[in-house]
Parts: sequence; structure tokens; C-alpha cells
Amino acid sequence: MNLHEFQAKQLLRERGLAVPDGILAEQPEATRDACARLGGERWAVKAQVHSGGRGKAGGVVLVDSPERVETETRRLLGSRLVTEQSGPDGLPVNAVLIERPTAIARELYLSLLVDRASERLLFVASAAGGMDIETVAAQTPEQILRVAVHPVVGVQPYQARRLGFGLGLDDAQIKALGTLLDGLYRLFIDSDASLIEINPLVVTDSGELLALDAKITLDDNALLGHPALTALRDPSQEDAREAAARAHDLHYISLDGNIGCMVNGAGLAMATMDLIKLQGGQPANFLDVGGGATAARVAEAFKLILSDPKVASILVNIFGGIVRCDLIAEGIIQAVHEVGVSVPIVVRLEGTNAPQGLRMLADSGLALETVSELDAAATLAVAAARRGSGSSSNTVEGGGRA
Amino acid sequence: MSILVDANTRVICQGFTGKQGTFHSEQALAYGTNLVGGVTPGKGGQYHLDRPVFDTVSEAVRTTGADASMIYVPARFAADAILEAADAGIRVIVCITEGIPVLDMLRVKAALAGTDAVLIGPNCPGVITPGACKIGIMPGHIHQPGRVGIVSRSGTLTYEAVYQTTQAGLGQSTCVGIGGDPIHGLDFIDCLRLFERDPQTEGLILVGEIGGEAEEAAAEVIRAEISKPVVAYIAGVTAPAGKRMGHAGAIVTGGAGTAEGKYAALEAAGVLTVRSPAQMGVRLAERLDR
Repeated sequence: MNLHEFQAKQLLRERGLAVPDGILAEQPEATRDACARLGGERWAVKAQVHSGGRGKAGGVVLVDSPERVETETRRLLGSRLVTEQSGPDGLPVNAVLIERPTAIARELYLSLLVDRASERLLFVASAAGGMDIETVAAQTPEQILRVAVHPVVGVQPYQARRLGFGLGLDDAQIKALGTLLDGLYRLFIDSDASLIEINPLVVTDSGELLALDAKITLDDNALLGHPALTALRDPSQEDAREAAARAHDLHYISLDGNIGCMVNGAGLAMATMDLIKLQGGQPANFLDVGGGATAARVAEAFKLILSDPKVASILVNIFGGIVRCDLIAEGIIQAVHEVGVSVPIVVRLEGTNAPQGLRMLADSGLALETVSELDAAATLAVAAARRGSGSSSNTVEGGGRA
Repeated sequence: MSILVDANTRVICQGFTGKQGTFHSEQALAYGTNLVGGVTPGKGGQYHLDRPVFDTVSEAVRTTGADASMIYVPARFAADAILEAADAGIRVIVCITEGIPVLDMLRVKAALAGTDAVLIGPNCPGVITPGACKIGIMPGHIHQPGRVGIVSRSGTLTYEAVYQTTQAGLGQSTCVGIGGDPIHGLDFIDCLRLFERDPQTEGLILVGEIGGEAEEAAAEVIRAEISKPVVAYIAGVTAPAGKRMGHAGAIVTGGAGTAEGKYAALEAAGVLTVRSPAQMGVRLAERLDR
């Protein structure tokens, strides 16, 4: 789960870590008061969306009058900001953060993440701040500094020195960096984060370290233990279908293609998408119905897939392990009747009770194509999508056997 | 021979009397696994599935001589369960539980360093030596004792590999699901080395997926140390960057961990790669029978 910039900065502020003074505005009318309270003569207006690249997309502007602050806020609020990362539909702007601008001497990069290779929390820092860190890592890897923190001892002073000298900081700044590293590490642990990124971390004209932007991602598996953090969730920034899937314990990710996939197991679901691509098609989604797929969940999964208007055919791929294929078949038949599926469906069942399941589907009178071979299933689904995208409605219920 | 577990392995189940623990313990017993008891705190002294229940793992180990444990406790208790098993001297700890916070696993791994315990998982199907010992949620009947060692990050894709090698008449020596989480126990490299030393294992199937660099590291070890033929499949060629594909570990970040990069590393190490998951079994059969 991602936090907004203003939420992340609030968490940093609560730890005594330096962030710019700022006020959140959800109404254009509130901005003049905000400017007056912040003081000064220039202000930054920052759209609050779960995406990087806001500046280039016009989501961050620097203006020199309260009138302009209000105008920019009016422009942003209620709009959808399309960034490099947001996808073509963009993300809705429901709030802006108004901040006093900072006199910047240097822009640095600092993040803390879980490094799976070393099984440690890893600080990543660079003197090339404000840029896309992945570009920096690819083009000038020598500019990336890393220190791994051992969970028994936490951040050590030498680690702050190593990063500080590496970044070219002076003695006082290295001391401040040590405090910052320690604070970020504790925040990471206490909130079960999976990423804290400060880009840029600036050195101000007066030599202070300040988090000019902040991004925090929390570990979804740990949210149960953090009700206050869970309350910071902003559903408007999430794909509606992905959120609906989560409510039913389904893992769904929408993609750009036109072949809907329903699979048990994350690995097999990815493999099914790959097979579709290999056969010349494009998957419309990733969908893992999980190990305990029931008739009800299969029905929910069909609804989700069909809520995407691009879908021209559906490939159901189930390897029955503990789950019995006859139960899955029952679920499919029930779901097709209940939901009224109107695109061709290819079903591949293999494993426990697969012959019984396939027979039930064949006897159901539904226009399903059934197959037990994996490659063949993908070929059929791709062919069906080509046919399906030609005719507008190909109702399965009551239709003939394919 | 086999790796990790065999007919002599004495297994207990943590979370024994719960729904999951009960169901999969029944399945393990039906398969012939030497399940000697289980642990549910507060239910010590009772019998469940005709096996003794203990309050603590250490009591279970003392009484039954158990040397392996399968863990079916809810995610928030799983770290504690793994550490309890290690502290009691369990040799092979198989954690099936999914959804464990990554920082819990980070601490668990640090605590296990320096102990003799081998952790498999979490968020995995488990380990099975066909015909001898099944510890996990895999369907026993698709397996067949035989020549192929299988190691995989994915559950259902492991079953595909198993099913295909059974269909091809190869069978399996041992199958290990190492799990889909970013921080986990036994990895590809550990399993490759164990299979290399196991005389029953003649060929290997490695099933990887996007995210991390475990397949790239495995490729290095295969090149340097593994003499047996290896077939590999990597899931997630079509997965877009930045999207987590179900498994917490399956995410492409910043160009690292892509399926293509993993394929390239494995191919450079002489691994027989397949782009279709349907071809794992036939490809290895061709190689072994030529």
C-alpha cells in the first residue's frame, strides 16, 4: 500500500525529521489562508497522487502570489494527472500540498528498502538526487552508495560516515545524516514499510538536510498490525477492479490485452499469460483465484474479468491439486449461468478429477471449449479472441456446443 | 536416495488441530508420511488423527524424536512457529503459511543464521520425496518415485513439472517448493547442490519467476558445479514492470529481475530453457533418454 507525499512527510515530521513546512488543501478557497499561515512570497503547489514524475506532468508548480496558488489549485483539484507512471487514464487529484519553497544548494537521493539478496534493510544513496535513480544506477553505477543494516544492531555511526563522506557532506551534515538514517530505519521497522524513498534529499543554502519529497510503501501483509496506517489508504488512487478483487481474496491485475485469464496459483497465472503471448495473443489480466477456489470465487472471478470491456475471450486454466476439478467445473457452470458470460470460454482442467470435470462441462450444454493440454488451451483462447473481437455478442448461455 | 526428507523422516505438524493442519495432516498420513504427532498450544495431552498433540515443539521432539516440522499456523504466528521449531532442534522446517510480513522473515533469517535448521518456504507448497514422505499441500497422486529433482518458486507450476515428468515416465527423486516470498529459506542454489550429490537424481527442473536475482545466481552455480542436465522455465515474460504478480517476490523493478534476463543467464550457463511451461517434462526426457 502506498502513502501520499503529505502522509509520508507527516510520519517523518512525527519522528523529528526535517521536512518543509506545508499545508494540505482540498478546496481552492482554503489556499489563501494556507499561504498566509505559511508566510513568504513564493509557494509550491504539489498534486497529491500515488505516482512519481508529477513535476514533468504539471502536477508540481512554483508560483509567487496567493492568487496563483488558488488558480493552480483550482486547475489541479478534480483533474486526473497523467504521469509517466500513472497509465493513460491518470490518477485523480483530490488534494494539493502547499509548501514554502526551499533554497537548494544540493540535491541528493536516499532510500531504504528490503534487499532480498543480503536479507537486510539497505540504504541506497546518491549525490545525483532529483533524478530517476534507476537511470543513475544504469548509467553511472559508481554514483550509487549502499549500506546494509544488520537487524541485531541497527544503523551504526560508521555507516552514516560512509554514506556522508561518499556524498561529500561536511561534519555537521554527517551528524544530521546519522540522525536521519536512524529515524528512517526506526520508522521503517515500526511501520512495517517495504520502501522509504526521499528524492530529493536536499542540502539547503544554510547547510541543513531536508526531505523535499517522500514516498513510503507499506507491506500489505503487515497492515493488520497497523490500523492507524491502514486508515491512510486512498482507494481513489487504486485500480477499482484490483481493489474489488482484493475484497474477494483474488489477486487481479489489469493489463492491456483482450484475453481474460483465470488461473489457480500466481506462477501458473503468469505462465498462462506468457503462453497466450507465445501464441500471438495478449492477456487482458493476471488473475489468481488461489488454492481454495470455490464456486462463489469462480463466479466473482468471471465478474471481474468481464468488467473489462476489452475482453474478447476467456481462458480458464486450473491445475487441480488439493482443489478438485469437478468442483471447479461446477463453479464454472454456475458462474456462467449466474453472470451471463457473453464471450467464448476455453477451459483447461488437469490434475485431480480432471476427467470428471471435463465431462461435466461437456454435458452442461454451454458453448465452452474444453482441453487438457496446456499449449492447446492457449492456442484455442487466442483463436477465440480473434473471432470474438469480430462479432459483438457471442452469448454462451443457450448457445451451441463449440 | 533423495534429498532433505525420506521414509525415515519423523514429521510433526505445527497448527495440527486447525482446519488446514488437520486436512493436510490427513493427506500426509494417507500418503504414508511418518507423521508422529503435532503441536497446538493448550491442547497438549490430547490425541488428534490418532497422533499425540503437544503444547510445545520441544516437548514433541523430546517425546517423538521428530526431525521435521510442517507449519500451518496463521501468518501473524508463523515467525514464532519457525523460531520455536529451530530452537527445539528440528532439522527440516517447512512453512506453508503465506502472507508473512517481510520484516518478520528478515528477523527470522537473521536468528536462524548459525543454527543447523533448514527452512523451506514460507508461502510454498512444501517438499515431497515421492512414495516416502509428503510435507506440504501438493497433491500426492501426481507424483511417482523416479529420476528428476524439481525445485520451484511457484506452487501450481511445480505440479505442472511433476505431472509432466510423471507422464514422461521419468518420475521424481524429490520436489522442493522454495516459495514465492522475497525473503525465504532454502534457495535454488542449496537445492541444486543437494540434487547434484544425490545419486537418485539424474536431471533437474528449475522453475523460476520474475523478481530478484535468484535465477541469475543459480545460473552461476549451475555453470560451475552442476554436472547433471537442467531444464528451466521462467514465468512472467509478459509481466509489466512495477506490478506485483501475486507472489510478494514476483515484481520487476528498475529493469532487474526480468524473465528475459534470467533466461539469458541460464542459457549462458548451458541450461536447457523452455518458453512454454508445457515443455518442461518432454525437454528433460529428450535429454535424459538420448
